Amino acid sequence: MTGSEQNKQAPGSIGSSIGNVRDQIRQPLWLLAELTYACPLQCPYCSNPMDFAKIKSELSTEEWLDVFRQARAMGATQLGLSGGEPLTRPDLVELISEARKMGFYTNLITSGIGMNADKVAEFKEAGLDHIQVSFQASTEDLNNLIAGTDAFKHKIEMAKAVKANGYPMVLCFVTHRQNIEQMEDILDLAVSLEADYVELATTQYYGWAMHNRDQLLPLKEQLVKAEAIAHRYQEEQKGNMKVYYVVPDYYEDRPKACMNGWGNVFLTVTPDGTALPCHAARELPGMSLPNVRDLSVNEIWNGSDDFNKFRGFDWMTEPCRSCDEKEKDFGGCRCQAFMLTGDPANTDPVCSKSPQRHLIDEALDRGRAESEKSVIDQKPLVFRNPKNSKLISGL
Amino acid sequence: MSEAIFTADSTPMLALGYRFQWEPAQNCNVLLYPEGMVKLNGAAGEILKRISENKQTVAELISELKVAFDGADLDDDVYQFLEEAYNNDWIRAE
Ligand SMILES: C[S@@+](CC[C@H](N)C(=O)[O-])C[C@H]1O[C@@H](n2cnc3c(N)ncnc32)[C@H](O)[C@@H]1O
Ligand code: SF4
Ligand code: SF4
Repeated sequence: MTGSEQNKQAPGSIGSSIGNVRDQIRQPLWLLAELTYACPLQCPYCSNPMDFAKIKSELSTEEWLDVFRQARAMGATQLGLSGGEPLTRPDLVELISEARKMGFYTNLITSGIGMNADKVAEFKEAGLDHIQVSFQASTEDLNNLIAGTDAFKHKIEMAKAVKANGYPMVLCFVTHRQNIEQMEDILDLAVSLEADYVELATTQYYGWAMHNRDQLLPLKEQLVKAEAIAHRYQEEQKGNMKVYYVVPDYYEDRPKACMNGWGNVFLTVTPDGTALPCHAARELPGMSLPNVRDLSVNEIWNGSDDFNKFRGFDWMTEPCRSCDEKEKDFGGCRCQAFMLTGDPANTDPVCSKSPQRHLIDEALDRGRAESEKSVIDQKPLVFRNPKNSKLISGL
Repeated sequence: MSEAIFTADSTPMLALGYRFQWEPAQNCNVLLYPEGMVKLNGAAGEILKRISENKQTVAELISELKVAFDGADLDDDVYQFLEEAYNNDWIRAE
């Protein structure tokens, strides 16, 4: 379900299913509110920007509610409350309850850390519609190693509390080379918890994940095995538990239809009020980075350079420009095109028609080479925490 | 053919996590669910509105619809829609 912002798309989970409204006039149907970059976990696969430590002043409760109101008036129905860890915001219950009164379908995307059974009941009372709890792995040791903190047991408790409060239990596992061989255990854990939905989100390489890519990219043979297992559980659990499985785009020959098209249905607002067409777009060159503190959501959505930049098809270069598949995938992801080729208007190099597809294959080769080194020689994972963020962004 | 999921005395309910509402910006009824939305056409909207508002059997639902739509013969259409909605995971039967 894409809390993870992707897949069904989601940026991770964020994504998917509003797709059937693509032909409509552009409306920000999906508002992703990254409430804070504070987080008690340190996942090295985190898609947050590496320089998050620079962000000083978070939007206040009133400022967030104003953003919610404006987006709702423009047609937004889905509100994702994410971050960082949204539970670190002391005003979370108030934000939920006001958003719900405005008519939003409210989705809480959380690691579960900072939650307790009473809080879940409070969220329910406030009208929260949906909670997705993310896990790092299926065993305590590996989970806590990836999370950079002891989180596993508490997550299990929280997954149960979610269900006890009448929510569907929605679990998200972000998969990568370090945990993908646990696929069977992951799904057994979900079955034993009586999960209703399991999203096997594949790591998308933005932010910290991009930095740690050599250590995270799964190997082809790992993927083949994991996929077979995921499909088996999809069959076996039909009617019980829904399993979403998405192939990592690096192993596909067509890119994902990123964000359902730039500035088409998704609006991300970051903790300091910067509005983005996708959560990774801050890193693109030449962005004006409009802020909801200075401009209305309407001015940003309809009038800003950032949101108009890659709308439609005129901005495209070859081979996308004359490709008959462009309405299907919009040429893929602008951020990925920039990070890998240096020009955000290029074809997403995942595409086999891209003259730069070799960049993806080389990345896969580097991942394999790294995996073949002895443990001592492997690059250490860089954990997502304020200290590393400051180091890396030169603060 | 498997057995029919809905009979006259089963009670259709929205699936867990699904919400029905009128959307002014879309000018139609919609069904909201985790990270998604379906826009409903007129007939689907009428049926799902009633399912979301009252716990009632299919028989009661049909007779209510008949009152609202001048006694139209809509039994088959309702059953067909309920099956479809069930297959889309929008509703469950009790
Ligand atoms: C950035 S997190 C913020 C919410 C919360 N801290 C959590 O981790 O659940 C939002 C969602 O994206 C997922 N996610 C994080 N990094 C990702 C990546 N590189 N690729 C895909 N999904 C990712 C998380 O598992 C979570 O479901
Ligand atoms: S570090 Fe982990 S828990 Fe924290 S925001 Fe990133 S993905 Fe979520
Ligand atoms: S060339 Fe561009 S539009 Fe065509 S399939 Fe590849 S990414 Fe999509």
